[in-house]
Amino acid sequence: MEKIKSKREGAVLFSDYTRGDAVRILSKMSREDILFEIKTSGLKGRGGAGFPTATKWMLAAASKSDAKYLICNADEGEPGTFKDRVLLLEYPELVFDAMIVGGFTIGATIGIVYLRGEYEYMLKSLLDYLDQMRKDNLLGNNILGNTNFSFDIQIKLGSGAYICGEETALIESLEGNRGEARNRPPYPVNSGFLGKPTVVNNVETLASIAHIVTKGGEWFKKLGTDKSSGSKLFSVSGDCESPGVYELPFGTSLEELLKIVGAQNTKAIQVGGASGICIPKSQFKRKLSFEDAATGGSIMIFNESRNMLHVLKNFMEFFVEESCGQCTPCRAGNMKLLEGVEMIENGDYKFSYISKLKDLGKTMQVASKCGLGQSSSNAFISILENFSEEIFNGVRGGKNGN
Amino acid sequence: MGTKNSGRAPVSQTGQVIEKPQDPSKIGGSLTIQINEKSVSVPFGTTILEACHQNLVHIPTLCHHPDLCVAGVCRVCVVEVEGFKTLQASCAFPITSAIKIFTTSPKVRKARRHVIDLLLSEHYGECYTCFRNENCELQTLAKEYGVDEFSFGHIQKPKYEIDNSSYSVVRDMNKCVLCKRCVRTCIDMQEVGVLESINRGAETYIGTFLDKPLSEVICIKCGQCINRCPTSALRANDPSDEIWNSIDDPKKHVVIQTAPSPRAAIGEVFGLPAGHSLTLELNTALKRIGFDKVFDTNFTADLTIMEEGTELIQRLYKALVTKEPVYLPQFTSCSPGWVKYLEHFYPEYIGYLSSAKSPQQMFGAVIKTYYAQKAGIDPKDIVTVALMPCSAKKFECNRPEMYDSGFKDVDYGLTTRELGKMIKEAGIKLPEMPKSNFDDPFGEASGAGLIFGATGGVMEAALRTVVEIVTGEKIESIFDNMNVLPVRGFEEVKYAELPISKVGPVPKILQHLVPNWDWLKGVTLKVAVTHGTANAKKVMNDIRNGGKFSECHFIEFMACTGGCLGGGGQPIPTNLEIRKARAKAIYAEDEGLPLRKSHENPNVVKIYEEYFTDGPCGHKAHKLLHTTYTKRGKYIA
Amino acid sequence: MLVLEKNSLTEEIEQLVNLHGTSRSSLLPILQDIQRKYKHISDFAQQEVARFLDIHPVEVYSLVTFYSFLNTQAKGRNIIRLCKTISCEMQNKESVSNAIERELGISFGETTKDKKVSLEYVSCLGLCDQGPALLVNEKVFPKMTAEKAVQILSELK
Repeated sequence: MEKIKSKREGAVLFSDYTRGDAVRILSKMSREDILFEIKTSGLKGRGGAGFPTATKWMLAAASKSDAKYLICNADEGEPGTFKDRVLLLEYPELVFDAMIVGGFTIGATIGIVYLRGEYEYMLKSLLDYLDQMRKDNLLGNNILGNTNFSFDIQIKLGSGAYICGEETALIESLEGNRGEARNRPPYPVNSGFLGKPTVVNNVETLASIAHIVTKGGEWFKKLGTDKSSGSKLFSVSGDCESPGVYELPFGTSLEELLKIVGAQNTKAIQVGGASGICIPKSQFKRKLSFEDAATGGSIMIFNESRNMLHVLKNFMEFFVEESCGQCTPCRAGNMKLLEGVEMIENGDYKFSYISKLKDLGKTMQVASKCGLGQSSSNAFISILENFSEEIFNGVRGGKNGN
Repeated sequence: MGTKNSGRAPVSQTGQVIEKPQDPSKIGGSLTIQINEKSVSVPFGTTILEACHQNLVHIPTLCHHPDLCVAGVCRVCVVEVEGFKTLQASCAFPITSAIKIFTTSPKVRKARRHVIDLLLSEHYGECYTCFRNENCELQTLAKEYGVDEFSFGHIQKPKYEIDNSSYSVVRDMNKCVLCKRCVRTCIDMQEVGVLESINRGAETYIGTFLDKPLSEVICIKCGQCINRCPTSALRANDPSDEIWNSIDDPKKHVVIQTAPSPRAAIGEVFGLPAGHSLTLELNTALKRIGFDKVFDTNFTADLTIMEEGTELIQRLYKALVTKEPVYLPQFTSCSPGWVKYLEHFYPEYIGYLSSAKSPQQMFGAVIKTYYAQKAGIDPKDIVTVALMPCSAKKFECNRPEMYDSGFKDVDYGLTTRELGKMIKEAGIKLPEMPKSNFDDPFGEASGAGLIFGATGGVMEAALRTVVEIVTGEKIESIFDNMNVLPVRGFEEVKYAELPISKVGPVPKILQHLVPNWDWLKGVTLKVAVTHGTANAKKVMNDIRNGGKFSECHFIEFMACTGGCLGGGGQPIPTNLEIRKARAKAIYAEDEGLPLRKSHENPNVVKIYEEYFTDGPCGHKAHKLLHTTYTKRGKYIA
Repeated sequence: MLVLEKNSLTEEIEQLVNLHGTSRSSLLPILQDIQRKYKHISDFAQQEVARFLDIHPVEVYSLVTFYSFLNTQAKGRNIIRLCKTISCEMQNKESVSNAIERELGISFGETTKDKKVSLEYVSCLGLCDQGPALLVNEKVFPKMTAEKAVQILSELK
């Protein structure tokens, strides 16, 4: 098999770290200390939703239960995202060490990695890695001999369903059900896997925590913006010279990013994958952060030669197929949006109907049951709004514009 | 939250179960919230939907059903909750803090309209060619929200083939709105597990194992899914056209028997509130439609009690006196859904079933033999129709075992809903009909047969007879006003013990079977009653594990929740209040009857004198009134 | 299916159940193991799994149809999945898919007559920086070209 290697550089996630560093600290730090450092760091979930990690851990730590679970969400399925693949293949110590820290902090003894089925090829190396950790007593009973804390990590595979990246759908899948998102409340921190308090963290969130507990929340916070502290991994693909995973501080503008990756003649950037928004050239000054251009890591670059309607169609086909199908707005709504795209493609549409569909997209954002449906119309709305000239007036793009 | 959580339902479909405080007036027991800027107090853990309904704020729903666990999938009931970016499904949101709710904001109204528009775009067909016209929840929603066009189109061609394979349940997925009520009914409420969501995304539909037709899967035909379907995706297999043809055929002698549960519910089809029995009005209407004779199924219910009771006595005698191996407890066999459930799920237990046929099938056999003879009509010209609250009865009358008269004993099973339609078609206003009596030679039957319609009714009827026959004491001296209250009510499983302290003489009709009752003296009769196959499963597993129910002597099982009155052929909608009202009507009718014990029914006594001359469970009775069962198992080839 | 085959499959499923447990949570791992070995989960296997786990067969069927990597119908010994998401598409996915289709004489969504290869499209494989990406059984192949893809095909057993 060909070796997969992407470019690596960065100040936080890709900074120095030795396996077990975060675990060795457990004998010196209390749960409160750990929660304090994470709170100080201002870390927010890296999967895309951006929920404050410290709050999630505190709620789970405060829940009274005979069993709790810490789940690592490695169901990286957002089109254009591959940072978790890199972390798991090349930096598994960050993820596993942080899971041990998490288990210690919230009071869980079992950690589960939900690895997407597409990544089965890395299963063996990860299992070997966990075996080595057990031999080194980083996992198992009384970790490192002086913590009085026991913890082990299992890996469960997904089976090809994007929706399982949604945390409650992931939990459903782990329980042996269809990956259909649950009603919330209750939230997983109160009632998650098997009805027990459960923390679900993204791979990158956990990797950040390994650094935060060893280097301090203040250190982490030095980078980034007020509301988006630290740095973030961006999976850059599309029309550029050097696609790959980049670690950049929050607050980096799209313009700067384009320069770093060597992109030319860029017309549009899809920020946040298929469920993200499409940003036109005029807005390239926008900054990558939770408060501005938010993303779980996916950055797709489109140059002047690309047909944006075609891009949109690809996204909508994705959602029609990947929606779990339980709630009406998402199941039926995405189908209607795709039909709308096809109508435009065939030149057989009324503007009034397209604007009705945009309106429907807004309903989908507020009335769908889970994050998938709530974000699946983002691309439809933003591409049709930002590229209406191209799409409706044939100014580049369209059938002949390629 | 006031929803069921049996643990068997897919967790995605169960909401959080928040224990509501016993006393909401205690500190922390209730919360003050705002609904549309009006402050109200609700018990902690109430859902937004319940809170709004309690305060007379209407919220439309579709996937929500009071009998079922929460789904939260249709998104029709969304409301705005201050502090939340997205709208919240009110059926699934338990109130645990002082929230502010807006139920009719522009955002909410638009979202609901969009959801309805989307559902309509996927919903094939036109309302006027639909049998649920004017009784369809989707139609009601469209009306409520003033839908005057198909905003997002309307599917022009049916996507799915209609599954007509089952005698009982017809599935038309082109009408399905994916509310999953049937899935929750089948898996969670009935634990039969025939229906589930198949595929995902836009391809999702409700299907069976390997998409087999219903006739080939382990469907027990209870029809509970029909009762809860908001549209016409599920309906009963309607034989009314064939029945009309028989009525129109002058050569045919068309006889209908009417069961008590439809009589207590058919008023609902004509706009009456639940709980109005129209037994005698119905007799007139049926005659006007053109049925030649109208008989009361309660007659054969009384006959069932005689046969099933005698069978029980025989089994007890073998167990206690002759020490022969015998299957105890004896299970009732009048619910065909239950029988099929046992045949599929516990085939090794079919020997425990009473071999007595259900009242419907006994009547069919009696009509085409005893009655045909008495009336001098060739049985091949007799068409027997059974008005039943039940969809499984349609399957039952088509079982190959049910040809004991030499003909198909019961030709058609007709549901309450279908008869309602026939009566309307005939231009008859049922509630305004004059009253008339049942036809001879069966005439009026006992109240014991009548209460078969409610859960516990078969047991009560049996006890009224068995206790009286064995002890020689009047039942009313043991139970006030003959009401055997311990076996009544809607609890999941009821259990009762009756110590037999004294015995009386053996009545003549049973003297060939037992010499005396002394062997029953000092025995405590243990009985149990359950309804809904999920509850039946609990009892069966307890029996399998040698628990308390394995020591019972007699257990009544009904496939449907509430018993026959909640059957799959009854008017839609259904909920606990409606079922309670029907039960009340049935028990009230029983109390008003002069005759309330099966063994005192003079026509029953007469049929044993004239026809089944070797007595209950005798040779002739065995041929016509008893049956056998099939070990079906669960494997689907 | 022959009775003997059925019995051996039952034994195998029993072993899997012993390995993974009888709780509902074990359902997906058990099905994944069956899928890995047989490339599909037969009607019989679905019912046997349901029996061991005390759930309804339709629930197993429902699950199998939900997940893209599980299927009920027999497929080829090798399943080739090509990423169809936009990043791979922009990197000349079509030349790869055309080459594969030409080589095998079947279209995506089909299986070769000799049951050697099934072709499927798949959503994002997480190799957008190195597309087009191909998943052959459990192995992943980045930076596909028409030639490389055909080479991979020739090495399949």
